[in-house]
Amino acid sequence: MDIPSLTIDRVRQALLSRQFSASELAAAALRFAEAENAKTNAYLHFCPERAMAAARRVDERIARGEDPGALGGVPVAVKDVIVTKGVKTTCGSRLLADYIPPYDATAVIRIEEAGGVILGKTNCDEFAMGSSNENSAFGPVRNPVAPDRVPGGSSGGSAAVVAQGTAVVSLGSDTGGSIRQPASFCGVVGVTPTYGRVSRYGLTAFASSLDHIGPLARSVKDAATVLAVIGGRDPRDSTSAEAPVPDYSAHLTGDVKGLKLGLPVEYLRHLTSETGDLISRGVDQLKALGCEVREISLPATEYAIACYYIIATAEASSNLARYDGVRYTFRSATGDTLADMYRNTRGEGFGAECKRRIMLGTYVLSAGYYSAYYLKAQKVRTLIARDFANAFQEVDAIVAPVSPFPAFKLGEKVDDPLAMYLSDIFTITGSLAGIPCMSVPCGKTAEGLPVGMQVLTKHFDETTMFRLADAFENVQKKQ
Amino acid sequence: MKITEKEVRYVAGLANLTLSDAETAKLQSDLDGILQHMDRLNEVDTTGVEPMTQVLFEGGETATLRADVPVAPLGNQAALANAPQPGAGYFKVPKVIER
Repeated sequence: MDIPSLTIDRVRQALLSRQFSASELAAAALRFAEAENAKTNAYLHFCPERAMAAARRVDERIARGEDPGALGGVPVAVKDVIVTKGVKTTCGSRLLADYIPPYDATAVIRIEEAGGVILGKTNCDEFAMGSSNENSAFGPVRNPVAPDRVPGGSSGGSAAVVAQGTAVVSLGSDTGGSIRQPASFCGVVGVTPTYGRVSRYGLTAFASSLDHIGPLARSVKDAATVLAVIGGRDPRDSTSAEAPVPDYSAHLTGDVKGLKLGLPVEYLRHLTSETGDLISRGVDQLKALGCEVREISLPATEYAIACYYIIATAEASSNLARYDGVRYTFRSATGDTLADMYRNTRGEGFGAECKRRIMLGTYVLSAGYYSAYYLKAQKVRTLIARDFANAFQEVDAIVAPVSPFPAFKLGEKVDDPLAMYLSDIFTITGSLAGIPCMSVPCGKTAEGLPVGMQVLTKHFDETTMFRLADAFENVQKKQ
Repeated sequence: MKITEKEVRYVAGLANLTLSDAETAKLQSDLDGILQHMDRLNEVDTTGVEPMTQVLFEGGETATLRADVPVAPLGNQAALANAPQPGAGYFKVPKVIER
């Protein structure tokens, strides 16, 4: 069995035709992933017992003549910020190096109920803060396409395992681009659904008004199948939406004729030539499929970075206050008073990027600065959301780049945090508006580095987003 | 300059973070650059604009309250399983109040 070429459909056919069992597949996938992992450091740890138990349940279903489930037997990887009962969940942090959660995230429960087999947990930037995966306490991830380059971040491990073929699909989390940007850097599909589409229960909180769980996969269809499994109302997340979850894959007709697409003029200014050329070529291909493309304006775009890094760090400073040495495994060996114990635990436990964001967030929320920074940013966020609402009166979807440049070299940008923040410009706007957005492969540069195209649609219209991305993927695969 | 070293130390106190001198100096320079970029928000006229306090403010009403039914709690043992220093069924911390 050729594990890197598996899709959800191929696994299903193989199980139903008794080509191999789910247990055989799980054992082989674990062996393969463990052997390949040294090349990328994409998995932080494996959970073979849990994987084999899940696979056995699928085999039992098949033996009883039942359906194996929408993800029956499919090897899945889960970002290590999403909690798994009894399986270490480190969030890429020294603070949680030994943390074993007492419960499962809702998305994890739904993956396993649908027959998915979770092989292990993937590397990421500490508490999902970063754009290169270099902020992990457990070492960076190497991009499977170009090992001297970053896989993107913060879901770098989840993108790398899918690109490398050591999982068929994975779960990532996205706060300002953390699924889409690594997907584009590694040449895979990455989806940030509408805010509230997927329950955040069990997703370690970074910035609660911006956090999403979403799938990464090697095809639009597989990503759509996973989203249909994990999406939908969850009583344990009060922000999860009641809106029914459509059967997305039934809408992948390939027909996008007459679809109205918007191209934001503000985004095109920021592009390096090669990424820009590939996006332009992609837009021409969409025109050839019968889409009507027009330029649109999202005037608040230039304020998005400032807006995002105020709101996200403010929320993070509050969410990360809980890591104080009392409940979560790590406590400093020094500090005789309670206050010193808190301070030393956090000073020793958090990495540089987390400290920077905690400091920034604490500053913008502190007395005298709240109105100038946080309240102002929330108002600008309204303007950014309005830009999109106005655009969607004219167009059905927006197409845009994901990142201004392809994967950069390890170490290239670590010393300039502002430059790293500024590179999130194209993904952050959609996050602030809470709309669904995804990255779909759009070709490679002369050096062979993947570039992603972003597709954005209005709230809860993942169906149109997937339909367009799938039609585009078909064109790309023919090349 | 947007932020002084003294302010960095003050904010670190609010955030409960012990920082080395080198970290303090680096953070001062990083935060200064980032806050200068953030000042661009002052260019935006937000008169009469409501702050976005809810993400799906246009998404229609959602029934976000669940039924008020009791469910099994985590339990003392599970809650303490990750404690760095559990004791007698509690989280132990350095002494807070002097007698």
